Amino acid sequence: MKETKELNIPLGPVLEKWETLVESSGASGERMVLQMGPQHPATHGVLRLELETDGEIVTKIVPYIGYLHRCFEKVAENITWNQVVPYTDRMDYLASMNMSLGYALTVEKLMGIEVNERVQALRVITCEINRIASHCVFLATYGLDIGAWTPLLYLFQEREHIIDLLEELSGSRLLFNYIRPGGLAHDVPDGWLKKVREFCDFMDPKIPELNELLSYNKIFIERTANVGVMTPEVALTYGITGPNLRACGVDYDLRRDIPYSGYEKYDFEPQLGKGEQGQAGDSWDRYIVRVREMQESLKIIRQAIDSLPDGDISEKIPKNFNKMPVGDAYMTTEAPRGEVGFYIVSDGTKTPYRVKARSGAYCSVSVIPAIGTGLLIADVVAIVASVDIVLGEVDR
Amino acid sequence: MTTEEIVNKINAAGFQVEVNDEGPDPFIEVDRENLIATAKFLKNDPDLNFDLLMCLSGLDWPEYFQVVYHLISTEYKHTITVKVRCLKDDPIIPSVSDIWRTAEWHEREAYDLVGIRFDGNRDLRRILLPEDWEGHPLQKDYVPPTSWHKIPLTNLGAESTNEGN
Repeated sequence: MKETKELNIPLGPVLEKWETLVESSGASGERMVLQMGPQHPATHGVLRLELETDGEIVTKIVPYIGYLHRCFEKVAENITWNQVVPYTDRMDYLASMNMSLGYALTVEKLMGIEVNERVQALRVITCEINRIASHCVFLATYGLDIGAWTPLLYLFQEREHIIDLLEELSGSRLLFNYIRPGGLAHDVPDGWLKKVREFCDFMDPKIPELNELLSYNKIFIERTANVGVMTPEVALTYGITGPNLRACGVDYDLRRDIPYSGYEKYDFEPQLGKGEQGQAGDSWDRYIVRVREMQESLKIIRQAIDSLPDGDISEKIPKNFNKMPVGDAYMTTEAPRGEVGFYIVSDGTKTPYRVKARSGAYCSVSVIPAIGTGLLIADVVAIVASVDIVLGEVDR
Repeated sequence: MTTEEIVNKINAAGFQVEVNDEGPDPFIEVDRENLIATAKFLKNDPDLNFDLLMCLSGLDWPEYFQVVYHLISTEYKHTITVKVRCLKDDPIIPSVSDIWRTAEWHEREAYDLVGIRFDGNRDLRRILLPEDWEGHPLQKDYVPPTSWHKIPLTNLGAESTNEGN
């Protein structure tokens, strides 16, 4: 029988042997490389973070992306201008309306089309309602990552209402393909706006309920306040936009500053992080900014329904895109995960010469090493959840 | 500030740029030798204060590569588009990642997909495609591989463009 020497050695020498082994390999003894992802529930999709740890402290983070790369930009060069819309839906699949709005507005900008006020208002309503659904998923999964199960069950109930509404409108529950360059796929069904208004009334009391359930929960605050503080300088140099930037206290909201689709007509307040539980720009601020943004979205939806004019929703849809002007255009819009911009280049043919999509979540991933290094592994989980990434938008 | 004022301001500082406002977005074109100096001026001048690089796109034109920078100032809300080009047999453009850190990842993407090299980028690796991928897919003469590590790939480029609409 083969002798198993290792089994006979008492515990102490084994550890000693381990020490010399580690020393000879050049490591400090405690350092370890940890692969977080690509399949990991706390990475919200297929993101891989290579963490170099010293005990529980993370000393280095290297993000690896591209696991969900579907060649959006390459595909877009081989299809017509109109056929790109469904592909934009698949970028941020939690906020498809906002994605197709960005693309539609860019094409309209290049063509010099201006849609009528009814189309503009309906786009605002659908995008804002989609923003609420997207924020619901963020808040739910954020709680889940921190260890709070219950908010998920409540928030997905609210989201289900929105998904049902959008299903009635467009026929699908996630990827709507509703906003088209030049207009909308079709007008809203009878009674749909009444249901949206009912949803607003239903949603109003849910936000204080959520605050009681999660926002001001002591454990939640301890896990998120002062964690992953992003200063305005860091945020801007890394190209962070949207709620993440506003959480740092920078008053910048494209819906108000460079209004598009008639946002200038509505009265709403961009919500800023004030550092109520810790420093401004920490993970808790990034959370609460989105909670308050849902209230603002409800405000916008109500105003848009109240002032909805009549009009033909498809009057400006081009019959064909053969007369696309030669040139380029860049248009940026405020999506739930930061600025989404499309840069399109046309050479006058019916397929785009180049479509480049700029996504907010792409920049949010790139900032994780800057704000997460030096913290605990569990804090990195909180940070990844708090910057709100959807890998479909990152990898495109 | 309007685009005209911005361009006057840039020219007053000793740069010679001309604005092209034929399209919906007025743009200025700079030589790659002047790119870093221009970019630093745009970022650091207190009246311009272009603190946010919104988008960096690489393009493959028949004769040259082009990089397009879309800048905005979060303080004044004015925008400018900067274009720079380089020849195909010398596809090197100076990196602006020291001025706007977000350029680091955007330049990696432009390198990965279009094949433009950025001089001064500290971490110029492929970002979306696997590290051992060959070629740069957004080049117009790119031929997609038929297999990768013995995994057969559908040939996207061979399928004809859908003639619908």
